[in-house]
Amino acid sequence: MHNFLVLRVIAKLLLPFILLFALYVQFHGDYGPGGGFQAGVIFAAGFILYALVWGVENAELVLPRGLLRFCFAAGVMLYAGVGLYDILAGGMYLDYSVMAQDSVKGQHLGILLVELGVGITVSTVMVTIFYTFAGYRR
Amino acid sequence: MSDLINTVLGLYNYWIVIFLMMCGFYIVVAHDNLIKKLVGLNIFQASVFVLYITFGKVSGGTAPILGEAFHVYSNPLPHVLILTAIVVGVATTALGLALVVRINEAYGTIEDDEIHSQDDEP
Amino acid sequence: MALTAYAVARLHNLYAVVMLAGIYSLLAAVMFVVLDAVDVAFTEAAVGAGISTVLALGTLALTKSREKTPRHTRILPLAVCGITGAALVYGTLDLEHYGDPSAAPHHHVGPEYLARSIPDTGVPNVVTSVLASYRGYDTLGETTVIFTAGVGVVLLLGSWRRKEDDDA
Repeated sequence: MHNFLVLRVIAKLLLPFILLFALYVQFHGDYGPGGGFQAGVIFAAGFILYALVWGVENAELVLPRGLLRFCFAAGVMLYAGVGLYDILAGGMYLDYSVMAQDSVKGQHLGILLVELGVGITVSTVMVTIFYTFAGYRR
Repeated sequence: MSDLINTVLGLYNYWIVIFLMMCGFYIVVAHDNLIKKLVGLNIFQASVFVLYITFGKVSGGTAPILGEAFHVYSNPLPHVLILTAIVVGVATTALGLALVVRINEAYGTIEDDEIHSQDDEP
Repeated sequence: MALTAYAVARLHNLYAVVMLAGIYSLLAAVMFVVLDAVDVAFTEAAVGAGISTVLALGTLALTKSREKTPRHTRILPLAVCGITGAALVYGTLDLEHYGDPSAAPHHHVGPEYLARSIPDTGVPNVVTSVLASYRGYDTLGETTVIFTAGVGVVLLLGSWRRKEDDDA
């Protein structure tokens, strides 16, 4: 994994764009094609590219396993937490209308938060699965 | 005659889906290799995705992102169902692959019939 | 697509099979764009051609890369698939034709979602609003499935096993 100069340069060039694109897809999902699921897999694919070119050990310095495990639970908790917050705010479970003064704004906020939870869970689960496969028996 | 051509063109997409589905089914049933079986399941799965998306298509429609310029949209519901199904599919496939790795470790093979014969021996 | 699926059925070299499965996914993504499902195409391209291929190659590296030629005959599975396929084709004869706007699925909740997305949620991408808002329960469940699959893989192959083995 030391002599593939072309691979390393191209991967380094592409990586910021892949990750930026993932974030764009995540937060622009309301208006264009995109959303948590897509952003999650694109982010994970970008990160897996990094891990493939520079090795899993280096990738773990950037995103340690413990953080990933924490995050993939946190994503689901964020989603479920939004639902609980809605009950506390006087609505029904996952009824985002009560999250802001104006029901449309509340829906918008709810969708954004929920998509964020989905995105975090999907991307971290995918990267974790990749780490686990790559790090097995070595 | 034009009736027949109409029917064939109208149902062509479904037939392709069925062919793909049967390819996947055949791979799952006829092959002993566990990884090959998983790939077969994936092919079957993708064919079901195409089937659903085909149901959602409306002629002359566009992608379901609302705008001033369009009035006919494809049905968004199948898209939502399949979108989540794809990601869930890859997660479960990963789980299957992990099981295959463990099976390979325990039995030293990933061929179905060899595993069965090892189970019968003792 | 049909050709790649056929090739997957015939080949014995598992590396080639996995690569072909990646190509198959990419073709499926192209098909989704043609069928107006851009969100789905996005996901399929990133998942099918990217992540699942990498994972399958990882598994191959940990196991074996060639499939053994099976001993028993293949006539029975072929016959079963042929009969099932024929039955399904017979079933399609009653289906609405491709792209028919009067088909049954387009008269249920679909138009409702399209009409109410902007007034209810202010989100123009109907796929997003249906996913997160109208069918929020579904999506919560699916996120949980992904979470569970992640936990399962970690438990099956995770590093805590290795530590246990070292101790023993």
